[in-house]
Amino acid sequence: MKVLVPVKRVIDYNVKVRVKADGSGVDLANVKMSMNPFDEIAVEEAIRLKEKGVATEVVAVSIGVKQAQETLRTALAMGADRAILIEAAEDVTQDIEPLAVAKLLKAVVEEEQPGLVIAGKQAIDNDMNATGQMLAALLGWPQATFASELKIEGDHAVVTREVDGGLQTVKVKLPAIVTADLRLNEPRYASLPNIMKAKKKPLEVKTPADYGVDVSPRLTVVSTSEPPARKAGVKVADVAELVSKLKNEAGVL
Amino acid sequence: MVDEETFAQLIDAVDRFVEERLIPAEPRVEAEDEIPPEIVSQMREMGLYGLTIPEEYGGLGLSMSQEVRLVERLCRASLAFRSLIGTNLGIGSQGILMDGTEEQKAHWLPRLASGEVTASFALTEPDYGSDAAHIRTSARRDGNDFVINGVKRYITNAPRAGVFTLMARTNPDDPGAGGVTAFLVPADAPGLELGPPDRKMGQRGAKTCDVRLTDVRVPQDAIIGGPRNEGKGFRTAMKVLDRGRIHISAVAVGTAQRMLDEALRYAMERVQFGKPIVEHQLVQALLADSQAELLAARAMVRETAALYDREGRAQLEASACKLFCTEMAGRVADRAVQVHGGAGYMAEYPVERLYRDVRLLRIYEGTSQIQQMLVARQMARRAAR
Ligand SMILES: Cc1cc2nc3c(=O)[nH]c(=O)nc-3n(C[C@H](O)[C@H](O)[C@H](O)COP(=O)(O)OP(=O)(O)OC[C@H]3O[C@@H](n4cnc5c(N)ncnc54)[C@H](O)[C@@H]3O)c2cc1C
Repeated sequence: MKVLVPVKRVIDYNVKVRVKADGSGVDLANVKMSMNPFDEIAVEEAIRLKEKGVATEVVAVSIGVKQAQETLRTALAMGADRAILIEAAEDVTQDIEPLAVAKLLKAVVEEEQPGLVIAGKQAIDNDMNATGQMLAALLGWPQATFASELKIEGDHAVVTREVDGGLQTVKVKLPAIVTADLRLNEPRYASLPNIMKAKKKPLEVKTPADYGVDVSPRLTVVSTSEPPARKAGVKVADVAELVSKLKNEAGVL
Repeated sequence: MVDEETFAQLIDAVDRFVEERLIPAEPRVEAEDEIPPEIVSQMREMGLYGLTIPEEYGGLGLSMSQEVRLVERLCRASLAFRSLIGTNLGIGSQGILMDGTEEQKAHWLPRLASGEVTASFALTEPDYGSDAAHIRTSARRDGNDFVINGVKRYITNAPRAGVFTLMARTNPDDPGAGGVTAFLVPADAPGLELGPPDRKMGQRGAKTCDVRLTDVRVPQDAIIGGPRNEGKGFRTAMKVLDRGRIHISAVAVGTAQRMLDEALRYAMERVQFGKPIVEHQLVQALLADSQAELLAARAMVRETAALYDREGRAQLEASACKLFCTEMAGRVADRAVQVHGGAGYMAEYPVERLYRDVRLLRIYEGTSQIQQMLVARQMARRAAR
């Protein structure tokens, strides 16, 4: 079985994100970019399936700027077999919306015929949480989102999902879309020798035109703002004062 | 030599490993005086043991210029981690790489690159440290074998070693450098014993001890480069140390950067006289002097490494570099503690430990005084030409 893993290049999770002065978006100039952490989990899961002999090939796909090649190289260094880059954006400020991404992925799926697509549950830049679901809809495939455990049983995937307040286990027929949640696994580090080997693995470059997909935006960002600054705290003299403040000012007791 | 794009990815991977795994493990290493086994295996899996070993022997084959940039990043974490792999990157392995026979390279280098075997470098003895050309450990020829007797002191990674690059005197009639031969001695050779671990000032988790050799028998093929290299061991050792000095200089820059980062962070948070101490001019001087010297040292290491890559040697420059960079790191350590005030003397803050750790850099692989001597000697030699 072939497994397809879409990966997105996003602002590194350690970077403190700043909103541009004019509120038109976040400042991406000279900011460290990395693979979306949920996508790393997805790649790891696919590689584990291959190591278990369940998957035969792992293909990573990225849609975005040219530099997303680096993200794909990371996936290859972790253990993916080959990669496809769809160069759809001129520069980092141009975000490709989930629907366009899902349409492109649909085209890739039709070409590659994977038995399973594992995606991250969401990208940490825009937190849309939509691409996997849209792809399932476009393909008419079953989906199991927010996976915290994945088992392949015959021609089905048994997926434990993290839902509010508990776990739900679903069984979906393959081919299917699974989206990875935080606790699915702990991704490995790409080792240095594997980073070196990754440069020799195949990486194909395509454009949206190759798939006949229009990626122009449908959404307009009206404004972007930082969360309100945290106000300074106060020091209390003793427990009595703390209790009184919690009761009378904070109203939590 | 790795292409720049791939090299950038290697740096990213090391940075992440340092931040997420090594730095968080530092307090445990300090408390237990041991690197946790899972960190050792992660370092092995990352491929860190093989940075300098050529790709054909299973390593990464970094150039000296790349090695110094990567080691600098790695050494933002406690130097104990660097020590673990340090002998395989440098003094333990380079003798084989530079002067070894094809069989020796094929046998040892892949094992050293993977970290399956740790190599140590055994030159220093109780009575001969700086004066290494006069070592007394003897290797007496007996047919096609040599029988080694003597004591080696303060040998880094000896407790972990599978093999020693060991210098011994094969010609008792030549008491100087010309009588010394470099051997590859397996750690399990009968008659080779380890002393108890040394109790050190710092770098807890890094291990040194005595190595005692009593009638240790090795074949003449154990000579680095084979029997024809009898009497050439001191030259091998000096070539290894030359290169090692550039590496240690990068170690000094990396750890200095860490200490300066710690000092700056503290200075921005700590408030005295109504403002963060970073706004007091005398504290600014401590930080700015450190920053300036650090930048100078980094530039010097990179320049020296580039020279080494171009010419295959850099004797004067490597000594000058080790001298300046390690002394710089000592001054930065002292200022970083000063910026912390009383907190800098307390074990809760990393600078207390980093201050002790960094002290070693001015001592081993040639003390600062020995580097001064070497630099001046080279200057005079060049001028006389
Ligand atoms: C933690 C640690 C790890 C080590 N690891 C290794 C290892 O892996 N392998 C190995 O072989 N060795 C190792 N060493 C030994 C180290 O290289 C020596 O300690 C060092 O070279 C100094 O030698 P010494 O200790 O005998 O000091 P000495 O040579 O006795 O020096 C004492 C003092 O005299 C000064 N001095 C000596 N000669 C002169 C001179 N001609 N002119 C001016 N000043 C001089 C020195 O600078 C120093 O200040 C290690 C040492 C330590 C502390």
